[in-house]
Amino acid sequence: MQYTLVAWMRDKPGVLNRVSGMLRRRNFNIDSLQVSHSETPGISRMTFVVDGDERVADQVVKQLRKVVDVTAVEDITNRLAILRELALIRVRTTPATRGEIMQFAEIYRAQIVDVNAENLVVQAVGTEDKVDSLIELLRPFGIEEMVRTGRVALCRGDERPKRTKPATSIFKAAASLNGSGHGDPE
Amino acid sequence: MALAKREPAASGYDLGPLEFTGSQMIWEALLREGVKIVFGHPGGAILPAYDALAEYEADGRIHHVLVRHEQCAAHMADGFARATGDVGVCIVTSGPGATNLVTGLATAQMDSVPVVAITGQVPTNLLGTDAFQESDVVGVTQPVCKHNYLVTDIAELPLVMKEAFYIAREGRPGVVLVDICKDVQIETGIFRYDFEINLPGFEPWPEYSPESVQAAAELLNESERPLILAGHGIHLSNTSEELLQLVEKAGIPVVTTLLGTGNIPETHPLSLGMGGMHGEAFANRAVQACDVLVAMGMRFDDRITGRLDRFAAKAKIVHFELDRAEVGKNIVPDVAVIGDLAETLPAFLPQIKERRHQEWVDTLSEWRSETDEADIIQFEVEELIPPFVIRQLWHATEQTEKRVIVVTDVGQHQMWESQYYIHEHAGMLLTSGGLGTMGYALPAALGAQMSDPDALVWCVAGDGGFQMTLQELATIQQEKLPVKIAIINNGFLGMVRQWQQIFYDKRYVGTPILSPDYVKLAEAYDIPAAVVRHPSEVVSVLEQAHKTDGPFLVDFQVKEEVNVYPMVAPGAAVDELIRRPKPGYVQGYSGVQPSW
Ligand SMILES: Cc1ncc(C[n+]2csc(CCOP(=O)(O)OP(=O)(O)O)c2C)c(N)n1
Ligand SMILES: [Mg+2]
Repeated sequence: MQYTLVAWMRDKPGVLNRVSGMLRRRNFNIDSLQVSHSETPGISRMTFVVDGDERVADQVVKQLRKVVDVTAVEDITNRLAILRELALIRVRTTPATRGEIMQFAEIYRAQIVDVNAENLVVQAVGTEDKVDSLIELLRPFGIEEMVRTGRVALCRGDERPKRTKPATSIFKAAASLNGSGHGDPE
Repeated sequence: MALAKREPAASGYDLGPLEFTGSQMIWEALLREGVKIVFGHPGGAILPAYDALAEYEADGRIHHVLVRHEQCAAHMADGFARATGDVGVCIVTSGPGATNLVTGLATAQMDSVPVVAITGQVPTNLLGTDAFQESDVVGVTQPVCKHNYLVTDIAELPLVMKEAFYIAREGRPGVVLVDICKDVQIETGIFRYDFEINLPGFEPWPEYSPESVQAAAELLNESERPLILAGHGIHLSNTSEELLQLVEKAGIPVVTTLLGTGNIPETHPLSLGMGGMHGEAFANRAVQACDVLVAMGMRFDDRITGRLDRFAAKAKIVHFELDRAEVGKNIVPDVAVIGDLAETLPAFLPQIKERRHQEWVDTLSEWRSETDEADIIQFEVEELIPPFVIRQLWHATEQTEKRVIVVTDVGQHQMWESQYYIHEHAGMLLTSGGLGTMGYALPAALGAQMSDPDALVWCVAGDGGFQMTLQELATIQQEKLPVKIAIINNGFLGMVRQWQQIFYDKRYVGTPILSPDYVKLAEAYDIPAAVVRHPSEVVSVLEQAHKTDGPFLVDFQVKEEVNVYPMVAPGAAVDELIRRPKPGYVQGYSGVQPSW
């Protein structure tokens, strides 16, 4: 299954490398990784999509926490969160297909951000599923170029991650691996 | 190089701002960290630091040990750190100097040994240009370090030095490397050392939860067949004493990992010695039969667990561990107690009921009696076999008043040492357990001896591993160190030969190894030496070694094709082991396959 993890880290040279190096070295399967500024100057924010079981996700969280420059890690998989991805898709057009493509875009609330005689660029924002299905719809027309940001995530209202130190609760078998393993915020 | 205006480094460590060159800052920081000995090798990019060292060496505040290969600088710092429990420091130049360090750093990091490595780097304006002797040291060493730094600005240097020691020491110890550009070493800046360390992402000492200790106690109190599996963490947290109290209060037998050797005295009736790949059959059977396994300060390495899904299958597992990430990594415990053993063990102890577990202990004694002493020390009196040598070494060192430190290399002799030497306390044995680095023993022994000139330090190495770092014999002489060296010379890369014999149809490819005449070699370094070919000579030569002031080397020319038993084949469960051949069975040239 897919887990959504958010990590905050000191914005220093080489931090991305430290994190990605650790993930590679430990043979974790990362579906997507996105880096950006956070609301705090000097602190960057990464969103990871991890493919694996509960134990893998637990290990990714713990190993991330061991990277000295990483200041906090949160598994938000089970929280109410807004998950989004942005895609820019350049689709080949002919006078005959342009209208249909624009209709599809509209259904998906995607925007046309560039138009030429032979192609146009669709900007789609949504969950990955939604972006995936728009891409499938557009594929028959001929996708010339495409870029996707990967998942970014923000918890809703009260679900905001607290970013406190993890608790050291007890660890009762795999069933409650989440409880202590992930170190729920106190 | 123009020296900056500066105050002399006062012994009282004035904490106010001082003007220093970057080079001086390195040494000033080391002084404030209590470092008196560094192991290193100079070169262009670290030359300013070496130049500044002159003053600190002149008045004896810092002593520099010149190594003959940078790998050994790291191993010496590692041996020093293991013997003292405090940080070992090595210092080398950029490029090849730094890349030579890597094996030593990886060795220390795998075994949670606190080491700070300082490397010179090309000047900042040449970074990234493939300048002469430039290598991406931070990139290369990142995977084998707890943390590392590249210093391109002198303003950062003092804080970086302080953080480096803090991170190496605190929590689960490890390796921190500081790569310092040459121009930063030359520049002048303000030095202060009164920083508060502020590392929000670094959680060295997680606070334990009392409920977790209680849950662990409940499990243990209900157990009929409890077992403790004690690792390096006991030694690192200095809790051997508490462990022994626990063991005696509740009548719990103890198996150790290789690095946990001696956590409780191996002469103790409840000590089952080492478990795992070359552990005794009864120790591994105990692991498989127990109903509650209390693992303390260990990480369920594959050498101790064997096949994971069949490991301690009947047991509920309790894991006492400082490093959160080790919990659930290989084994998901039923109860995890995350925290410093120095806190969790004392909290645990009063909650544990006094018990004897007589039936369980009797069962274990019965299993143990199946492996009787004759089986363990299966001497063939006419031939010199390694277990005999090791046992005699133990007898010889047992009599000394001195602190004894045995440093082993990697291979068969390492396993024989752990089986046949009797370790009375934790920290007696220094060995590369996690990385299994051949060539470790001699430099690590040297580092340990540097930390305690009065200790009796024995380096026990194979003929293969010894030849990887034997150039450090010169360092031993230059430093006038009384390290005693035993080479278990079996003419083979013995452990690999053993695998070839057992798993590759006895095709000995690349394992027969020629040795020089070690006595002559030692002579070349002006080190007294002797060769031993017969069992009758062992005792007297060991005596001679002990009587000799200064270093002594013994070339034990042992029987070649002897195997280490018991053995758990990789991938097998720990109770599916290849037993020792029965007494009377002659291992060796006969080509007869053992009875398994
Ligand atoms: C640096 C390094 N290279 C290779 C190995 C693989 N290896 C493990 S044990 C061993 C044989 C060691 O031979 P020797 O030092 O003679 O010791 P013995 O096993 O004969 O006691 C080898 C090659 C290793 N552990 N370390
Ligand atoms: Mg050998």
